[in-house]
Amino acid sequence: MRGREDEWTGLMRSAMAGDDAAYHRLLKAVTPVLRAAARRGLARAGQPPDQAEDIVQEILLAVHLKRHTWDSEAPFAPWLFAIARNKLIDALRRRGRRVFVNIDDFAETLPGEAREETASAGEVAAQLGTLPQRQRDVLQSIAVDSASIKDTAAKFSMSEGAVRVALHRGLAALTAKLRDQ
Amino acid sequence: MDTDQLIRSLAADNAHRAPRVGAVLTMALLVAAPLSILIFATFLGVRPDAMSAMGNPFFDMKFAVTLSLAIPAIIVSLHLSRPEALLRGWGWLLLLPVGLLAVAIGGEAMMAPAMPMTMRMMGKNSRVCLLAIPAMSLPLLAGALFGLRHGAPSRPALAGALAGLVSAGLAATLYASHCTDDSPLFVATWYTIATAVVTAIGAAVGSRVLRY
Repeated sequence: MRGREDEWTGLMRSAMAGDDAAYHRLLKAVTPVLRAAARRGLARAGQPPDQAEDIVQEILLAVHLKRHTWDSEAPFAPWLFAIARNKLIDALRRRGRRVFVNIDDFAETLPGEAREETASAGEVAAQLGTLPQRQRDVLQSIAVDSASIKDTAAKFSMSEGAVRVALHRGLAALTAKLRDQ
Repeated sequence: MDTDQLIRSLAADNAHRAPRVGAVLTMALLVAAPLSILIFATFLGVRPDAMSAMGNPFFDMKFAVTLSLAIPAIIVSLHLSRPEALLRGWGWLLLLPVGLLAVAIGGEAMMAPAMPMTMRMMGKNSRVCLLAIPAMSLPLLAGALFGLRHGAPSRPALAGALAGLVSAGLAATLYASHCTDDSPLFVATWYTIATAVVTAIGAAVGSRVLRY
């Protein structure tokens, strides 16, 4: 557990220093842990586990948009789990449940649970449709078609700077819509 | 959108760098301050005998009290803007103005004051104090909440209450230069009530706008 968390901290430091690949690896590495915890939280609240992926995606968006609040001298895992707990509680509250979230849901993940997988979620996809055209196009291109910023810029005859702005605004808008829904 | 796709778009946005919460909070307070100062200059102004009052330790003490509220409140609110932060270990900072006031009240009692205790406590400006501190706080409170929205507080109402303490502490610093009541008993009573009102507003608004 210790080794895993040290590795996360190292990846996050590289990510903050501008290493996009390290950031990608970090998000991939934490996702199964978040997913297992979200499932357990839902199960404890008597909710079907199929909403876990919505919660995972909300956590990932919050991690992304609030990563400037992480102190690079501090370990990454407590920061991550605090955001995850907050988002899980929010999600369960929205579904009208009394909430008991156990810190250990996040800290202790059984190795078997953390298998690699990816899953679709309905809420982000639904909110994507409500974004302005430009932001939606850019997000679709980068997320779904795996195009680079450069290719996306060429495809829509935009500057790379404009693609970056649209991408960031789109992600911020998605997060706000999910929070306020 | 599946989660791998979302992660890909987040990684593509890694180059985006947000400023630190402290920088945003500072900017927001600097933008809000002129509005509070405008309210002060229009309706209140510095008391005419300010120069000679500076020789009075109880006049000076008012600023020590209000700044010992505002500055620690800024420090604690920035600490709490991190998601994993706890108030534990930091809350005592907020007791500084209480301690200073207690010392000042004790000091005044030992100096055989000219006026009886109730007159010093009631003062002449209690109503102005209760109006002016919250009024001058409001622009600063809006600024503080805007700045803290950039953070990720795990307890939005608590963070909002701290925004209230920040703005009330700064507004009270302005007000202290206007008010002719210098007794620490007056400060402990009326400044505290005004601060409590602003803090409650901050907590109520914060619980809504500081969720992330």
